[in-house]
Amino acid sequence: MRKRLFLLAAVPLMLLQVLTVPAFAEVEVEDYDYYQRFRGQGISINVHNWGEYISNDAEESIDVNAEFEELTGIKVNYTTFASNEELYARLKSGGASYDVIIPSDYMIARFIREDMLEELNLDNIPNAKFTNPEFMGMEYDPDDKYSIPYTWGTVGIIYNTTMVDNDITSWDSLWDARYLGDILMFSNPRDAFGIAQKRLGYSLNTHDLEELRDAADELKAQKSLVQAYVMDEIFDKMEGGEAALAPYYAGDAITMMDENPDLAFVVPQEGTNKFVDSICIPKGSKQKEAAEMYINFLCEPEVAAANIEYIGYSTPNLAAYELLDEETQNNPVIYPPAEIMAKAEFFYDLPPEVSAEMDALWVEVISAEVGYSKWTIPILILGCIVLSIGINVVRSVKKKRDIY
Amino acid sequence: MKSKAPSAPYLLWMAIFTIVPLGLVVYFALTTADGTFTIDNISRVGEYSGVLMHSIWLAAIATFICLVIAYPLAFYISRKPENKQRTLLMLCIIPMWMNFLLRTYAWMTLLEKNGLINRFFALFGMGPFNMINTKGAVVLGMVYNYLPFMILPLYSIMVKIDGRVIEAAQDLGANTYGVFSKVVLPLSMPGIRSGITMVFVPAISTFIISRMLGGGGNIMIGDLIDLQFLGNAYNPNLGAAISLVLMVLILLCMSITNQFDEEMEGMMI
Amino acid sequence: MKRLSKVYFWLVMAFLYMPIFVLIFFSFNESKSRSNFTGFTFDWYRKLFSNRVILDSLKTTLIIAAVSTIIAVIIGTAAAIGINAMNKWLRGVVMNVTYLPVINPEIVTGVSLMLLFVFLRDKIGIPIDFGYPTLILAHITFNVPYVILNVLPKLRQMDRFVYEAALDLGCTPFRAFWKVTLPEIMPGVMSGLLMSFTYSLDDFIISYFNAGPTAQTLPITIYSMTRRKVSPEINALSTIIFAVVILVLVIYNIVDSSKGKKVIGKVVPRL
Repeated sequence: MRKRLFLLAAVPLMLLQVLTVPAFAEVEVEDYDYYQRFRGQGISINVHNWGEYISNDAEESIDVNAEFEELTGIKVNYTTFASNEELYARLKSGGASYDVIIPSDYMIARFIREDMLEELNLDNIPNAKFTNPEFMGMEYDPDDKYSIPYTWGTVGIIYNTTMVDNDITSWDSLWDARYLGDILMFSNPRDAFGIAQKRLGYSLNTHDLEELRDAADELKAQKSLVQAYVMDEIFDKMEGGEAALAPYYAGDAITMMDENPDLAFVVPQEGTNKFVDSICIPKGSKQKEAAEMYINFLCEPEVAAANIEYIGYSTPNLAAYELLDEETQNNPVIYPPAEIMAKAEFFYDLPPEVSAEMDALWVEVISAEVGYSKWTIPILILGCIVLSIGINVVRSVKKKRDIY
Repeated sequence: MKSKAPSAPYLLWMAIFTIVPLGLVVYFALTTADGTFTIDNISRVGEYSGVLMHSIWLAAIATFICLVIAYPLAFYISRKPENKQRTLLMLCIIPMWMNFLLRTYAWMTLLEKNGLINRFFALFGMGPFNMINTKGAVVLGMVYNYLPFMILPLYSIMVKIDGRVIEAAQDLGANTYGVFSKVVLPLSMPGIRSGITMVFVPAISTFIISRMLGGGGNIMIGDLIDLQFLGNAYNPNLGAAISLVLMVLILLCMSITNQFDEEMEGMMI
Repeated sequence: MKRLSKVYFWLVMAFLYMPIFVLIFFSFNESKSRSNFTGFTFDWYRKLFSNRVILDSLKTTLIIAAVSTIIAVIIGTAAAIGINAMNKWLRGVVMNVTYLPVINPEIVTGVSLMLLFVFLRDKIGIPIDFGYPTLILAHITFNVPYVILNVLPKLRQMDRFVYEAALDLGCTPFRAFWKVTLPEIMPGVMSGLLMSFTYSLDDFIISYFNAGPTAQTLPITIYSMTRRKVSPEINALSTIIFAVVILVLVIYNIVDSSKGKKVIGKVVPRL
């Protein structure tokens, strides 16, 4: 039986291998020889990136990971996360070891503070020279020791023009009762709180716990209108007309608008959050040099351009920007005009007690609102124990009676 | 044959991979991030009473619906000729061989606003109904995923009920209701109990169904644990405390149902 | 009444199968829409077969299921023999602990194993990487109880005098086990094996907490697929899995039609 089962399992596997047709579209790189150092050594690197954050379509563009493997002989184990906080938990729980991660600005600052990143050796990343000087010496990594910018962007509201009847200009629309059940909301604390804070006119980086609680109250008030709290599930929902409006990242909005022409994107007048997602190497990386090679590959103008075209975000890589077509370069959603950028604010790293409070408030927001006393659980457990003892007593009494 | 030695590797395995991990859960639940003793985590679990009660409530509804659907079905199958029983039972089990994430995903596509069910209703000029991302959808997902867990134990008990016992009851003048309440129901009690535990335990601790069908706004206890370990609110000590409370509650419930049941071995599987 | 119950049965079946058939139907859909059928295509299958991530995770899943099942069957069968020889009190204690992973919510088992592996690596210094090793260890842990629970009843039914007779006739204990005990308990071992294998293939929650970047099982890949932009490849994948399941069951039934019934009733994939 065992053999038979294995045979059965093996048949589809073999079929798969026959049908697999690798397609490669040779990328032109700056320095071909540099990439040959590790060939034939059976090295692999673990890359942990956001979902939908790399070009992986060999038919329409290039499959970046496959190209890298082809070029260098290094195997890429590629996995994805949905939010900075998830990435933090993955790294902190100690479960997995990664060689390349792409967190956002404030999370990089937190990683640096908690000593979780390796310093990059820029000699191994010559393509860092393409980085737009505007994105160097950023607050989160003042000396550019730990990170190379990968993308940047802003947050705004993506909405379905057939489902909203007025112009969307303000975060208030996300609290508009007319859109009951048609609103999607961020399912990570920092972004969700950021919107509530902007709406209240607070700073995105407040350390004031009272302001945080106000923002949490806003989010709770909004909850009855919200259809779902989502991250990348938003693609299907907005493209399929499942919801009327949702806050999300500009680059992803571009992708969605390509699929569904009814969609539009706006950065609300109150101002918004701007972010930079940068490539880092976490402590514990076993293949630091190979990881740096991967980072260098991501900074190859052609690769960076392919990625940016695929994911729709804005690029901090000057050479890649030159390769984009004019329409993309002038797209006000991707490269917003100065007046929008002037009102946009970065997230900064929050002190531990503030971010812990935010996490706790966030759980409160997404928990069912019915109020139960905190004694419910002890009483429940006690009840169970009493019941269990009771049954035993009754039974032993019965048994005794049966005997006599 | 009378040697206990062959079980030694297993006993060692059990100690390392069952007992030590549970010990670690207790340890984490009772310490802070830097390892000093505290009962803060345990007492903070109280703040999440709402989430726990919500989970118990949804799981209880789902279990009840499963019981109501599965009971007549299992009885129907158990009264069929033996070779037919096998085919019918297979029919009930086959969907479970599909990965449950795929099955739950299938419901996502069905329940959507522009999903097939709403399209179907639209043919009659009705709808669209808000189905996805509601508590109802979560309960539906649970019923769908766990229904076979209820059918199987019920069937395996009912198949043992001798048809002649039912006939005897009828001959002695019992009406349909009497036969059911005096004969079939008492005899199928062990099946009901094990069916209930087999549905209730996975239902209360699920975090996939609520995430995929519930919209993430009314999290369940499983989501809460996941949030603390690999999610958006990293705090493994609190997560361990919640896991501990959940485990204690479920083990207590199990021991109560087991005390109702004299034959423990038969019902676990 | 009879017709009514028949209708009822098929209604429930419709409820159980409708979602699966919808997935299968839309795997042939030309457009990406999940509710609008625009035209027939095999494209999603072709894409699926060139999707490296899915193929890799399929391989991982099969390797992990095979390895963990074999080890679990060996450990579990030996354990059952030992437990069978224990006195009542000791057996009670061991069986209670054996039941723990079976009745414990899976999320608690998953989390506790994750804590254990991190502890072993960081505090004890055993270089254990999250990936294949942790997944295999975790899968063995939740599979062994099922093997024991399947083998133990067979051992109880066995006539132990046959084994003793074999010893008296000059068999070594190992040979006696091989020639006498093993054939007797084989059905139990087999259903334990089958159960372990299916649980391993299907497990998501425990794997989710114990997987690493180098080893993602198919359920984990499916999960991350549902959390992103969903491609109809996932429908194609469902169709293939469903077809394989049906194929395995049909073949299994033809081959084992004599004793199949007992096993099938028991092999219930858990979540």
